Amino acid sequence: MSSISVKNIIKSYGKKKDKVIALNDISFEVKEGEIFGIIGPDGAGKTSLFRILTTLLLADSGTAIVDGLDVIKEFEKIRKRVGYMPGRFSLYQDLTVKENLDFFATIFNTSIEENYSLIKDIYLQIEPFKDRRAGKLSGGMKQKLALSCALIHRPVVLFLDEPTTGVDAVSRKEFWEMLKGLKAQGITILVSTPYMDEAMLCDNVALLQKGKVLSINTPAGVITDFKYPLMAVKAKGMLPLLEQLKAMETVKDAYPFGEYHHVVIKNEQLVQQVRDTLSNSSLSDLQMKRVEADIEDCFIDLMKEK
Amino acid sequence: MKQFLSFVKKEFFHIFRDKRTLFILLGMPIAQIIIFGFALTNEVKNAKIAILDHSKDASTASLITEIESSRYFEIAESLHSDADIQTAFHKGIVKMVMVLPSNFGNNLKHFNKAQVQLIADASDPNVANQLVNYASAIIRDYQKRITNNRQLPYTINTEIRMLYNPQMKGSYNFVPGVMAMVLLLVCTMMTAITIVKEKETGTMEILLVSPVKPMRIVIAKAIPYLLLSTINIFTILLLSVFVLEVPINGSLILLLAVSILFILVSLSLGLLISAGADTQQTAMFISLIALFLPTVMLSGFMFPIENMPTPLRVVSNIVPAKWYYNIVKTVMIKGLGVTAIWKELLILSGMLMFFLSLAIKKFKIRLA
Repeated sequence: MSSISVKNIIKSYGKKKDKVIALNDISFEVKEGEIFGIIGPDGAGKTSLFRILTTLLLADSGTAIVDGLDVIKEFEKIRKRVGYMPGRFSLYQDLTVKENLDFFATIFNTSIEENYSLIKDIYLQIEPFKDRRAGKLSGGMKQKLALSCALIHRPVVLFLDEPTTGVDAVSRKEFWEMLKGLKAQGITILVSTPYMDEAMLCDNVALLQKGKVLSINTPAGVITDFKYPLMAVKAKGMLPLLEQLKAMETVKDAYPFGEYHHVVIKNEQLVQQVRDTLSNSSLSDLQMKRVEADIEDCFIDLMKEK
Repeated sequence: MKQFLSFVKKEFFHIFRDKRTLFILLGMPIAQIIIFGFALTNEVKNAKIAILDHSKDASTASLITEIESSRYFEIAESLHSDADIQTAFHKGIVKMVMVLPSNFGNNLKHFNKAQVQLIADASDPNVANQLVNYASAIIRDYQKRITNNRQLPYTINTEIRMLYNPQMKGSYNFVPGVMAMVLLLVCTMMTAITIVKEKETGTMEILLVSPVKPMRIVIAKAIPYLLLSTINIFTILLLSVFVLEVPINGSLILLLAVSILFILVSLSLGLLISAGADTQQTAMFISLIALFLPTVMLSGFMFPIENMPTPLRVVSNIVPAKWYYNIVKTVMIKGLGVTAIWKELLILSGMLMFFLSLAIKKFKIRLA
């Protein structure tokens, strides 16, 4: 049975004249107990989607079911069952860590003790600061506290809107470890992120761009779908190199990728031709190698195709 | 219930941890009472006047002593010629000149008739009026004393009693006004601001996605302000009784009860504003412009409503503070009971119902 089911959701803002379409006919299913990632750049419509699913916004049309409940008709029931962590840090900055947690526990008619097992791993990390005001915590600590607050009532479905934005690499890694732990406890997690590398950590991902779903697949599936040969190229003067690569007939796409440029070649037969062209041009310190596409390459390709 | 209490507790944390706002909330009534009580008063005390005495006899001397010994006047200058009058006013120190013509005493004794001229600086008409009235009253008293022994053929004595406020103190008027103002500011503006603050910081988003009934969130927010306002009422009453010597002539219980009714009206107005405003600034502007100004202008506390043009008089009826101001004056100063204020009570209750139901109806259970 699917935990979240979204069908033909359309949402737009503003009046006729300057109407902005945030979500354009979105449909997807999230299975029970999986981590489902919504990957997309800023302005793709991620937050609008989360707000519709958490009953905070009404869609213009389409239906959405969360844990078997309709987001419009049964919004009160949904509000009891889901945990929601908005993109912006939205706890009380003038209350301490402990007070925030206590408060959210009471409004969900529970107590910290009752569900301590669920938040234990996360809470232990912030416990040393439990008497510190939430506003004085570091970014990573804030996220952990917010996650603890969203989990305090043992939700069936957890909505995390860009939980790792603005958090350092180490904390991001820890955060995803925590999500795996929660998944093991049977909680369905819908998480959005602008970081493509985090897609690999999801069970299924939907790529969202300008309010449209470009693809829904497992991370592995996304990679196998990528059919083009890929090369990493490096030379002295990276900027002119990129220009040169983009101008080549045989090259489908080229973009900076870490210390290399990734070059997507139109088909397997042309790989040697690309190698030759590059070798013959007067590039100093030229390095070329065949690489396997990772999920970022696939998303970049998907986003450019549409 | 536990849920609700925890909400109220959280609100108190917010209030107590924001020391500056707390200080303003509790200090404002004290400051206002003191400012209105001692600085902004329209009573005339120790007004500087000048005397031009052409007669300089025993009668004028005793009249001048009478004037000088009253608490209203202070003789700043003695003039010597009519030309001095202009100069005295030009200097701007004296507000009134009393001219006693030559042969004042003589005329008074032998012809039973003498004249006094009062020249007042009417650039502030109210002050000029009051000064002239006070001076005339002193002159009348003086005249009565010297004619006491003699029987005059026809006399009408006007016997004046200033009911409820025999000393004509301005504080009798503004204590009720300050009460209305402070309650409105604290309740309406502060509730509106704290609710809108939750919207602005995004916490409302989380609260909405929780089992809490949205109306409970709002009511829990109003409770601390209800308590703070009650403290404010006590501060104002204590200050007015012990510092300004304005008595509470009526029932204290009734006064508190009607104040709580007015607080509830203000709170529901705050809720209504919070439903329409998205930022704290908007909430503050709406509170100030739509409520504070009408309260000051149209409640009858600064300017008498009877003197206003009809449209403004009609508008004044929808200002809750006007009715509360009337109630406080009736109960506190005149010492009357419920029977005297049933109409005002009914109107305020009606307003409470109206604003509250509108606020509930307008409260958003979603973000947009």
